[in-house]
Amino acid sequence: MTPALAALVPLFGLVTEPVSLAHYLVVGAILFAAGVACMAIKRNALGVLMGIELVLNGANVNFVAFASPFLAGDRARSLGLDGQAIAIFVILLAAAEAAVALAITLNFYNNHATVDVDRADDLKG
Amino acid sequence: MTPTLIADVSGVALPVAAINWHALFFLLFAGIACGFAVAVVAADNVVRMALYLVLSLAATAGLFLLAGAEFLGAMQLMIYVGGTLVLLVFGVMLTAQGPLVTLASAGGDRALAGVVGAALLGMLVLAGLSVPAWRQPASGAVVEPAAAPLGMALVGVRVDDPTANAPAGVRPGYLLPFEIVSVHLLVVLVGAAYLARAKRRKTPRAIEVAASVEPPAAVAEHAAIGRDAALRTGSVLSGGPA
Repeated sequence: MTPALAALVPLFGLVTEPVSLAHYLVVGAILFAAGVACMAIKRNALGVLMGIELVLNGANVNFVAFASPFLAGDRARSLGLDGQAIAIFVILLAAAEAAVALAITLNFYNNHATVDVDRADDLKG
Repeated sequence: MTPTLIADVSGVALPVAAINWHALFFLLFAGIACGFAVAVVAADNVVRMALYLVLSLAATAGLFLLAGAEFLGAMQLMIYVGGTLVLLVFGVMLTAQGPLVTLASAGGDRALAGVVGAALLGMLVLAGLSVPAWRQPASGAVVEPAAAPLGMALVGVRVDDPTANAPAGVRPGYLLPFEIVSVHLLVVLVGAAYLARAKRRKTPRAIEVAASVEPPAAVAEHAAIGRDAALRTGSVLSGGPA
């Protein structure tokens, strides 16, 4: 047996134990952090838009996890239907936000022949 | 009957019967979602970023299904992957001209964003793991998949179990938020169509901008030489003195 394989043994717990709420929270945290980093570094306006989608998606994962009666153990501790309702509203608002942001981006592209957000300095902010 | 072994390392056997398939599929979808989310950040090509985002969001729909939110998982696939991402891909296709496809960000920006992202990630993960109750393996009841509770709640009727902390007889639905969101969506889409409509211009603004930019030095020099030559030869065509 190789030491590398032996080091993997504790990871067996990941596939033999039922998932917990914390698993979902970690996934949501990774999606959220990736989205924030994406918003920060992308120069393409559409890249920034994709970062926003990732952030909203990470938040949605948390809402769904807290809403799940299976993950939260009992109904008293879970958000219940509220979490799912919030998540579906977030999905709809993300669609609306993407439509408006895309219209603004296309307008910017028509006026400036670029989608580089660093060139959007007409207001001298 | 001896269970089949899928792994036998360092004397620890992992029989197939011991595998929690829910956890295995969770790991699969979580790995796809997180891996492609990081790939979106790392990629410079905007077309590839859109593809990675589609895969990440679709895997998230799988996570929703595994958490017992079947209706929401289906909506995620239909609205996010089928609608929003198609919109984004159209945006990419309409604006992906030559150098705009790959707008590389500066190295300093990358390092700074990496630090910020890692700090945020560390904070969120620590916060998520800090509550012992959240680390308990899931033991709740598995409910029958049904879209009716959420669908009926959106029109104001709760058919699921009454929540424990609500007063007796009070089962608040989501009719008002539903109406607000629907009107919001209508207004936003009308506004987006107005913003993105085709303008009637004699010359596109992009060409005006390009024409107003000062020409490079070499071009200006060439033009000046041409003007001097025209002055010397006195060509009528070039507008010089006859």
